[in-house]
Amino acid sequence: MKKEAVKVRELNPSERIKNFDEVVLGYTEEEALIEANRCLQCPNPICQFGCPVGINIKEFISWITKKDYRAAYFILREKNDFPSICGRVCPAEYQCRRACVLTKKTASFASEQAINIHFLERFVGDYGVKNNLEAPAGKDQKFVKFGFKVAVVGSGPAGLACAGELARQGVKVDIFESLHKPGGVLRYGIPPFRMPRDVLDYEINELKKLGVQLIPNFIVGKVKALDELFSEGYSAIFLGLGAGVPSFLEIKGENLGNVYSANEFLTRVNLMLADKFPQFHTPINIGKQVLVVGGGNTALDAARAALRLQIINGFSPNTTILYRRTEVEMPARRLEIEHAKEEGIKIEFLVQPVEFIGDEEGKVQKLRCLRCRLGEPDESGRRRPVAVEGSDFGIDCDIAIIAVGLQANQVLTNVTSELKTDKYKDVIVNPQTMETSIKGVFAGGDIVGGEGTVIEAMGMAKKAAFSIINYLKDERT
Amino acid sequence: MRIIKKEILAQTQDVTIKRFEILSPLIARKVRPGQFVVLMVCEEGERIPLTIVDKNSDIGTITLIFQEVGLTTKLLGKMEVGDSLYALAGPLGHATEIKNFGNLILVGGGVGIAEIYPVAKALKEAGNHTTTILGARNNDLLILEQELKVFCDELYITTDDGSCGRKGFVTDILQEVLSYSLSAIRYSLIYAVGPIPMMRRVCEVASDFKVKTIVSLNPLMVDATGMCGCCRVTVAGKTKFACVDGPEFDGTQVNWDELTKRNSVYLDKEKHICNLKISSV
Repeated sequence: MKKEAVKVRELNPSERIKNFDEVVLGYTEEEALIEANRCLQCPNPICQFGCPVGINIKEFISWITKKDYRAAYFILREKNDFPSICGRVCPAEYQCRRACVLTKKTASFASEQAINIHFLERFVGDYGVKNNLEAPAGKDQKFVKFGFKVAVVGSGPAGLACAGELARQGVKVDIFESLHKPGGVLRYGIPPFRMPRDVLDYEINELKKLGVQLIPNFIVGKVKALDELFSEGYSAIFLGLGAGVPSFLEIKGENLGNVYSANEFLTRVNLMLADKFPQFHTPINIGKQVLVVGGGNTALDAARAALRLQIINGFSPNTTILYRRTEVEMPARRLEIEHAKEEGIKIEFLVQPVEFIGDEEGKVQKLRCLRCRLGEPDESGRRRPVAVEGSDFGIDCDIAIIAVGLQANQVLTNVTSELKTDKYKDVIVNPQTMETSIKGVFAGGDIVGGEGTVIEAMGMAKKAAFSIINYLKDERT
Repeated sequence: MRIIKKEILAQTQDVTIKRFEILSPLIARKVRPGQFVVLMVCEEGERIPLTIVDKNSDIGTITLIFQEVGLTTKLLGKMEVGDSLYALAGPLGHATEIKNFGNLILVGGGVGIAEIYPVAKALKEAGNHTTTILGARNNDLLILEQELKVFCDELYITTDDGSCGRKGFVTDILQEVLSYSLSAIRYSLIYAVGPIPMMRRVCEVASDFKVKTIVSLNPLMVDATGMCGCCRVTVAGKTKFACVDGPEFDGTQVNWDELTKRNSVYLDKEKHICNLKISSV
């Protein structure tokens, strides 16, 4: 008889919605040991193929069972620079845990029985943070001698991962960030109840210790063009520009007051700390009835942030997510869907927004919608929602948040004509090397191939970093 | 990001307009007329956009002119020479198209006159015949008249109370200039910056005479690099982000009602925080 998976400890839903504290508390050592011992240590560990960066999952778990967390940490670090971050934000149920043999073959995401690989990763990652385990430095420190300097544009997951990888090889790295604080989507997008800021700040600080310089308020493409960076002595450039441009529904009334993009709503809270208004000066509006449109992680993050703001501001919690398809098709992490439901967020499925209606002050007061049914599968493989004629209905709201996807940041690509992009304005790279159409310029993360996960971005960045090392070696000779 | 020079440009009992020169060599080197910066006064602060009025590439400074309206501009106004801003990024937005259009009219109202200045200078240098119409509430609040004179072939001034120039609105003069031009000169462009009602009225007058009108919009912004959509405006029926698609648009196509309403969604919060913080400072 297989043992039950060890449930992770979490803050009580009725308490946690009063603040932005981290919800998942993580495993204790004892819990981690029990969970790690559930791992079958398969002769053919297919979980590893479910990991976008190919972490040797079997081995790191095996080290946990031997209580050698240090060894486990370094196994993780071979493929993943930020296990304490990925252990928190990876959609493991679609990746390693789905591949785990304990998941039913036909399931579209991991079974409950599957090993909680992400919680184990987080346990080990946090162990590394607590014990200040030095990042394993590379063997080829010769780069210091040659004085190579690389510019990294963007300090999100891709930029940070690429910078870390290069710095450990002895390359001097400067990261240029357009906002006033580093972290990219980890800072402005993902709320602290999923990713506490001390975890992010720790990792950024580690990079600084490696000699990486962080330059905020610097918009590459505006203050300096790529060729200027080259002429100032950077030997190579990595672009981790991200996908931060919010898509809208393009329906009537969408520009009414109090209709936010999820990016704006989350940026006001996560980056500008509008939840602490007036101590912090950036305002945010909250109301009696919040509607969030979308079914991804961003929609859930926005809804859960909105619900917390309702409570902080003395409103009764009343936040509803509207999604065009059904729960199975929601691209969000299963864990976060559960969290949202526990917190009292309602999810209305098979609903398509048609028009926002405003009051005389120009503020949103109602959303007109249509009911949908699922039709044939579309290009994404998910069944397409089809609006049902005559199913028109309205939902009252005083705040609406649109979370229907993000597109490439174009500030740099728009002014760099030699940088080839595809029809989505994503940067085209050689998938083997991550090199762009400009020699010496590499790219990774969401600016390549569109919206993905933190771990995918880090994987691409790591690959790019290896190519940059090779490129620098060629430059040297 | 250090403040090099600070002066009060205009002051009445309830209005203060200040001019700052701020050290920012990189921005000073790249800025072109019509572009703006986003700044924060302190770590707790908001990000607010301000047009770059002038630059000195030799010493690496940019000039900002602002009216103390909300908390952030009031806190900015309290900063002194030697103080540094918490954050400053730019130059943002598209630059103004500068070429020889022939005859053109520049209209500036209130603190919007400051935004007219770099554009007037560049357009004059590009060989245009420029007619400039400035409007202010009264003589005390009229700014940059002397500086602008140098770059104007014709300069008209209106004040609400008649304390300087003609009593009335900029649009009164605009109407006359355009009426006269029907028989004399042909104007190929109007460039207007000022309070929303002024820009809106300028566009209405311009439409009657079918003269192309460019306005520089001032919606609320957060990141100001295209990532939040706070600054979205409807132009010719399409949603645009003023920070990356603008800030200049064809004024006759702007949905002014929407912009006015979107700009007022935080008025109660702004009032609250001003009462709270300014009285205690």
